[in-house]
Amino acid sequence: MSKIHLVAAAVALLGTFTVPAGAGDFTGAGATFPAPVYAAWGADYKAKSGSGLNYQAIGSGGGQTQILNRTVDFGASDAPMAAEKLESGKLLQFPTVIGAVVPIVNLEGIKADQLTLTGSVLADIYLGKITKWNDPAIAKLNPGVTLPTLDIVPTYRSDGSGTTYVFVDYLATISPEWKSSVGVATSVKWPTGNGAKGNDGVAGGVKNSKGSIGYVEYVYAAANNLTTAKLVNKAGKPVAPSVPAFQTAAATADWAGAKNFAASMIDTAGETAWPITSATFALLPKDPKDAAASLEVMKFFDWAYTDGGPIAEKLHYIPLPSAVQASVRAAWKAEIKDASGAAIWK
Amino acid sequence: MIRTDVVILRGANGPTEDDARWSHDWGTTIVTVETSAALPPGHLAARPLATAGHADRAEAPFRIALTAAAVLVLVLLGAIVVLLFNGGFPVLVRFGLSFFVSTDWNPVTENYGAAVMLYGTLVTSALALLIAFPTSLGIALFLTEVAPEQLRRPIGTAIQLLAAVPSIIYGMWGFFVVVPLMSAHVQPLLKAVFGPIPLIGALFSGAPAGTGILTAGLILALMIMPFITAMFVEIFSSVPPVLKEAAYGVGATTTEVFRAVTVPYGRSALVGAVMLGLGRALGETMAVTFVIGNANRIAASLYSPGASIASTIANEFPEAGPGSIKLNALLELGFSLFVISFLVLALARFLVRNRLEA
Repeated sequence: MSKIHLVAAAVALLGTFTVPAGAGDFTGAGATFPAPVYAAWGADYKAKSGSGLNYQAIGSGGGQTQILNRTVDFGASDAPMAAEKLESGKLLQFPTVIGAVVPIVNLEGIKADQLTLTGSVLADIYLGKITKWNDPAIAKLNPGVTLPTLDIVPTYRSDGSGTTYVFVDYLATISPEWKSSVGVATSVKWPTGNGAKGNDGVAGGVKNSKGSIGYVEYVYAAANNLTTAKLVNKAGKPVAPSVPAFQTAAATADWAGAKNFAASMIDTAGETAWPITSATFALLPKDPKDAAASLEVMKFFDWAYTDGGPIAEKLHYIPLPSAVQASVRAAWKAEIKDASGAAIWK
Repeated sequence: MIRTDVVILRGANGPTEDDARWSHDWGTTIVTVETSAALPPGHLAARPLATAGHADRAEAPFRIALTAAAVLVLVLLGAIVVLLFNGGFPVLVRFGLSFFVSTDWNPVTENYGAAVMLYGTLVTSALALLIAFPTSLGIALFLTEVAPEQLRRPIGTAIQLLAAVPSIIYGMWGFFVVVPLMSAHVQPLLKAVFGPIPLIGALFSGAPAGTGILTAGLILALMIMPFITAMFVEIFSSVPPVLKEAAYGVGATTTEVFRAVTVPYGRSALVGAVMLGLGRALGETMAVTFVIGNANRIAASLYSPGASIASTIANEFPEAGPGSIKLNALLELGFSLFVISFLVLALARFLVRNRLEA
């Protein structure tokens, strides 16, 4: 290849990275949990409206940093952001879609949803207080199931993650000891067990060693046919993880009383509610420097609320209850203003 | 002013130690040329290049470009040091030097200590060296002294290919192949053999989960072995054949030649090569993250999960909030790794240079 050809090839290659952005393209960055559904929505929305979403799944912490620095049009975070940080960063937080976290196990002869656990048993396992599978606390919940004298190997996410936040939030809600000795954050000081990176790492780690237990997003467990376990909810009923169970949790959450839409769907009162359910959030500046891009973001999520439900459900996510969607739209109108102080969302 | 290039005419044996010394003292590149037997070895041929003035003017832009490229490296290095030091400084202000000895890494209470990661980094790297050094020495001696000519090329090429395998591949292979193997076979076996021995037994106690410090050390060893072996082969090939032939001539066996000639001749260069391998092991991130078990605890057993500096940064960085003390703690961890790697590299340079000047 001659030098000129090489240069031409290099220029062509550069060109592929600098495709001019479409008229209404907008950017987002943050949480990895909703990334698959944002991607699916983005592709569909682009086909319908011509505006493309460029979403970078860099993690919730990164998403918060980027939107605080205003380097993207919206940020995304699995854990709700602290109220005072939202205040000082002039950000509006709203939920976009709902997901669930499920326990997975590796025990010989145990099939999916055959084993039943409670929140306090789960907490004691991760606290290192229950160490054998045939512990009386587990046996009592599972009459008729033969449990081996095997060591329990708890597995957790080593990377900071919204999934961990939701899971330990549940453990802390149920177990006072967990709350006082470990606490709730996107990564915590685990008293026992092994850490693995990402959902696939936890799933792989559980698969690698017999007797291990872990937790992953339901989306991941459903797509990979992992051996999930039932949990006893607040109503005292054992429930298997399923989309209707998550919907019940979403419907029974206290949305009206929640500040910044940070309603807890952990251990809600519904009869058939799955206890580890949570929303993921988007963060939008209240004083956007690019009002047009901000409007695009709101149009996108408006479309996703109205028409994106089937796509979300196909990927095992739960759409927001319609009453919550209405209050999000009202919040857009009331809170997001352009430079002249006029509402951008009409 | 007349500049000269040095051309040394040599016999078939290639450069000698003197050449290396001149090269070092004068900062010149020395070109060696094979000669016919008629010319005396070591003969110097000076070749006039060009007179100064005209050529220097023409070369000025070139010189500036080269200098700029070199300065860029220094600027980059400085920028990295400044970022890591500044970013980590709030941690030193808050926790003081106890940051380096505290084993508490708790994002909930925002207490951060680096002892677990320092321990994990140093122990996995030390294990890696413990396994990789004798193995590399064996492979290199085999390749240079024992192997039949037909075997040298394929094995040598295989080693270079292994050195080129990206670390993430080692990580995935380690996670899916080595970890189950360790869990099912190697760890129970080691436990059965060493378990009953006091003190050493504690190193092999606990549940054989497959992941942990030992597995991380093993994967690191496999990663740095090709690297160290390749350098060892270079070093052993540079031992003047006349020394070895002399030893064989007075009746030494192959083993005796290794012990008395080959290894002592390259000793400090060997140590330098090992140090470079160590530098690689210290900073290795992805492969270690896959297999170390990622727990912020220190335990006596090599089976227990741990964390290294690099794996902790890889794990925690995406969720470290803007302006948080956690981010500062991660930057300070990065700074400590930088300092450790720098010290190891400096030691390696020092030892390799010593050998040239010896």
